[in-house]
This record gives sequence, C-alpha cells and structure tokens, in this order.
Amino acid sequence: MIVRGSVMVLRQTLVRLRFLLWDQRVGNPEPAVEVDGLIRRFGSFTAVDGVSFAVETGELFGFLGPNGAGKTTTISILCTLLRPTAGTARVAGCDVVKQQGLVRSRIGLVFQETTLDDYLTGSENLRFHAVLYGVPPREVRDRAQPLLEMVGLASRADHQVRFYSGGMKRRLEIARGLLHAPRVLFLDEPTIGLDPQTRVHIWEYVDTLRQRELTTMFLTTHYMDEAERCDRIAIIDGGKIVAIDTPAALKASVGTDIVTLLTNDDAAARAQVRRVFGIDGDLTPEGLRLDVRDGEAFVPRVFEHLTVGVQNVNVRRPSLDDVFLKYTGRGIRDADQDAVAQSKARMGAMARRG
Amino acid sequence: MATEALRGVQTPTTAEPLRREGPLRRNLTTTWMVAVRELIRLRRTPSRIISGLAQPLLFLFVLGAGLKNVVGQNAGAGFDYIQFLFPGIVAMSILTSGLMAAISIVWDREWGFLREMLVAPVSRASLVLGKAIGGGSVAVVQGVLLVVVAPIIGVDLSVGSFFAMLGFLLLMAFALVSFGVVVAARMQRLESFQMVMALVLQPMIFLSGAIFPVRRLPEWLGVIVRFNPASYPVDAIRRIVLPGSPGLTIGGSLLPIWSEALITLGFGLAMLTLAVRLFSHTD
Repeated sequence: MIVRGSVMVLRQTLVRLRFLLWDQRVGNPEPAVEVDGLIRRFGSFTAVDGVSFAVETGELFGFLGPNGAGKTTTISILCTLLRPTAGTARVAGCDVVKQQGLVRSRIGLVFQETTLDDYLTGSENLRFHAVLYGVPPREVRDRAQPLLEMVGLASRADHQVRFYSGGMKRRLEIARGLLHAPRVLFLDEPTIGLDPQTRVHIWEYVDTLRQRELTTMFLTTHYMDEAERCDRIAIIDGGKIVAIDTPAALKASVGTDIVTLLTNDDAAARAQVRRVFGIDGDLTPEGLRLDVRDGEAFVPRVFEHLTVGVQNVNVRRPSLDDVFLKYTGRGIRDADQDAVAQSKARMGAMARRG
Repeated sequence: MATEALRGVQTPTTAEPLRREGPLRRNLTTTWMVAVRELIRLRRTPSRIISGLAQPLLFLFVLGAGLKNVVGQNAGAGFDYIQFLFPGIVAMSILTSGLMAAISIVWDREWGFLREMLVAPVSRASLVLGKAIGGGSVAVVQGVLLVVVAPIIGVDLSVGSFFAMLGFLLLMAFALVSFGVVVAARMQRLESFQMVMALVLQPMIFLSGAIFPVRRLPEWLGVIVRFNPASYPVDAIRRIVLPGSPGLTIGGSLLPIWSEALITLGFGLAMLTLAVRLFSHTD
C-alpha cells in the first residue's frame, strides 16, 4: 500500500514537472480561465457585476455561492452558452465570444441534470459524443475503454442508460466529459443528490484523472468536503467575488476559533460571558457558541468566571462553512438544502410529465 | 477500486493533444450520427412501431369498411373506398410519424440530451439536417410497413410503382419532418404537443384528400386543400398506387406528378432552411 502510494506521488510529481518544463519551453503558460470585468444583465437585474479572476492550468478551482448569486450565469458565459453584457472571458486560451467554436471544442461539461440519451447504451453515448467533438474513431477506441474502466462501467457499457442508477449515469457523464481530452472540465454540482459512497467514488475518479490528464477543473458544489479538496476557492455573492484564496487561507481569514459550551443554563452562561469578556455568544442546539481568538487559551479563562455547571466544551478551527457564513451570511448547507429541494421538485415534475 | 482500475490504463496527457477531425468531417459525421440515433431509438421502442401502425390500420379497415357502402363506387374511377383510402392512409402515417419524429426534439430538450448536442462545437444545421434525415427514415419505415396490407384489399402494386411511391414517401417524410422541426424549435414543453396534434396534424390530414376525394368539395374547402402542402404528395402517391385516379387540378388543369414532386421538395427545402434559422437562435 505504502509502496504503491509513493509510486503514485512520484509519478504525479514527474508528470507535473514534465508539464512545467514543456510549458516553459513553449512560453509563458496562459491561465486556463481568465475573466476580466465580466458583467451580465437581464433587463434591469445585474446577475454578474464586474467579476474578475484567473484559474491556473491544472488547478481544481471551486466556485461557490448561494443560489442566485451569479454562479450559473458566470459558468454559462464561460461555456459560451450566454453572451456577456460587458467584460471579457478567455477559456483555454480562446475568447468566449469571438472564438466560441474553439472554446467549445476545448472544454468539457458535466451539468447538474443528466444529458445522456436513455435509449442509447453507455458506449453509444460515448461514441455520439466523440462524433460531436470530432474525435476520430481510432482515438475513441484508445480512450473510451480506459475511461469506462476508470469509472467502473466497463462491464455495463453495452447496456442502455435507462437501466443505470443515478450514480452510474453521473460517472458515465464524467467519463464522457473527458473523452475529448478537454483542457478545462466544468463540473456543475457533479455529485448532487448522490449517496455519500458514490460521491467518494466519483471523487476518486476525478482525482485520478486530474493527476493523469492535468485537466483544469472548474467546480461548483454545495458540499463542504468537496470544496475542501479545491486548490483555490472563489466565493461569489450578489454578482461579485467576495473572497478568493486557498481553503486554508480562507479559513485563516475568519480569524477566530469556535468555542461551544454546553452548560446547565446556556442563557445565564451567555450573560456572564458578555459581562466579563464583552463577547456576544449565540445560543445553538449544540450549546453556547463563541467566536474568539485563540480558543484553547480562552477555555481556562472562561472556566474561572463561569458559575453555571459546564457539561461539554468543544474548540474547533473555522471550517469552510464558517468562511461561507462570514462572506455571504449563509451556511453552505442551507444553500445545499435549497438545491436538493429544487432538484427533487424538478424530478417530481418530470416524473409527473412522463 | 480507482487505483486498481488505474494500473494498465494508458491515456494521453494534455502535453500530447488529442488528434481532432476538421469541422467539415465533424459536421457530416454528426448529421449521420443524429440520423442513425433516430433509427436506433425506433428499434429499441417496438411499441412505437405498433402504435404507429394501429391508427392507420384502424382508419383503413374500420373507417373504410364502414363508409364503403355509403360512398359506393363514387370515390374514384372504379376503386372501392378501402382501395381509395389505402394510399391516403400510407401518406397519413408519414404525416403523423414525421411530425412525431420532429417533436421528439422537445422530448430531447426535456430530458437534457438536446443540451449535449447544442453545446458541442458543431453547426446547428448539421443537427437539424440529421434530424430531418433520421426522422424521415423512421417515418418511411412506418409507411412502408403498411404496404403489406395492399394485397389484402386488392391493390396491385407493381415493382415500379412501389419504388415510385417509396420515392414520394421519402420526399414527403423529409418535408414533413423539416416542417415539424420548425414547429418544435420554439416549443419548450411537451404539453404543447396536444395543441400541435389538434391544430396542425389533424387539419393537415383531413384537408389533404387522404380521407375523401377533393374533387367535389365546396369551393372554399377546395382552396384550403390547395394551400395545404400535404395535398400534393398525397395526390401523387394515390395516382401512383391507383393509376387512373382523377388527380388534383389548379385552375381546371391537371397537375403533372413531377410538378407535385417539385412542390413537395420546395416546401421541404423552405422548411429546412427555416428550421436551421430558428434553431440557430435557440440556446
């Protein structure tokens, strides 16, 4: 296990090194995604309000934000499905407005909703995709089989997609999104509504592929653990980028630790803490929540002054959820529940229609 | 599991870009693939073939038998009503399944596959053309299956007239699917489908001369029939299958069959052009 692990790491380093050298020979590496002053209005409503950022080649870039924050609009512009009102965006080295066709052939898309043909088999769906993207049949033969094996669908490739489970469909879509070796793969909520085990598997595949193909990944998600995997994260709210950095730096930017005290009388404890330390706590079902600098040092001090009995103490560093809360005023999970509810409503509507 | 699968997997990195085909070849193969997809889907949904046959056969044998004695031999030169009805029913089946095939675009939109096609780096024209060819072929398959009943009702089809009819069926199917794509291009929901059936398909069938002869119609109806693009292939197919049928006239002069072919082709090309235009502006 250890040997295999270190071989993997070594291999990954070598691939990256080779890629770096190769790129340097060619010249200054261009960012995979480069957005400058992007604006999109719908009538009087401004969905995207002057967004600028860049994604480096090979990066796993997380794009987070509450529903209606301008996330989908931005992605639609990057995928050439929507024209910007103002500003520019370059994806895989091409302008999304002036070189629409080139951008399209260099990106891969995995949407929230499945876009497979149910009456075609898994491998027919792949072949159809290859035709649309001009991948010659010989190359398809070389690529389709390994990709199917990687997502664990090789044995089901000749079954019609309507007999697949939700997780299998999603894995097939990821394989399909990579079939034409895109430089940038857009993953819009790729694991929404899937069970935890399937999500873990899908992420294993995505990581493997990232190491292998050095594809830049542009991800939107409502799952904190998925956001945690990103090299960098941008948080968009109200059409503007409110924060952009590595997950670690974003968490550090919160500045405080979270101390949770479960006491015999949380309300009394809250009043005492406010009087002595001047800190306003929040009453939560888990107990009294206090945002303080250096939580470990704070705990003994708070114990000196509290007269109510303490049952449980918890000190933790800020999570990405806290980061999200700080910059948008909402938790990631709140947004997630909205999204799941939406997707359920959509499925229900489809079932009724079908 | 993933690492297991990894060993032995050899895929290129971005350092060695994938070879791609040029745009012309890509668009042509896309048209072909979109067309083939229609036939694959037809083969995998046999119920569609059966229900596609049920309606025309019901019309032919029930309506035909029921009205045969009422109409007597007045339908046309020496044919009974069932025989008169037969070519009309074949054309009707083309009309129905052609329009249905085109409407499947709305189905694709609903289930997402349309999006897979629309975000790809191919021209909308190659998608629409593929749909017209594929949908047209599906319609012709359905129409040709009906020819089996010809001997039962006493219609003699020579090999020559069979192929002439086949040609017209292809032409008509192509025109009708293109027309259907124009109708479907702006349709967002399957619910609109009922409306299309009631407001487009049924009037087109009834006013095409497929069910009754158009010679002795009131004048205003006769005018509408001549504005219905489906009337011309219906008339041509009837004259091929039942030689000696009276045929459509405009201003008192009989239309030659080749001019009816031209009208159908012209209508089809106009609709195809319009369909491509409409589709280029949807997202």
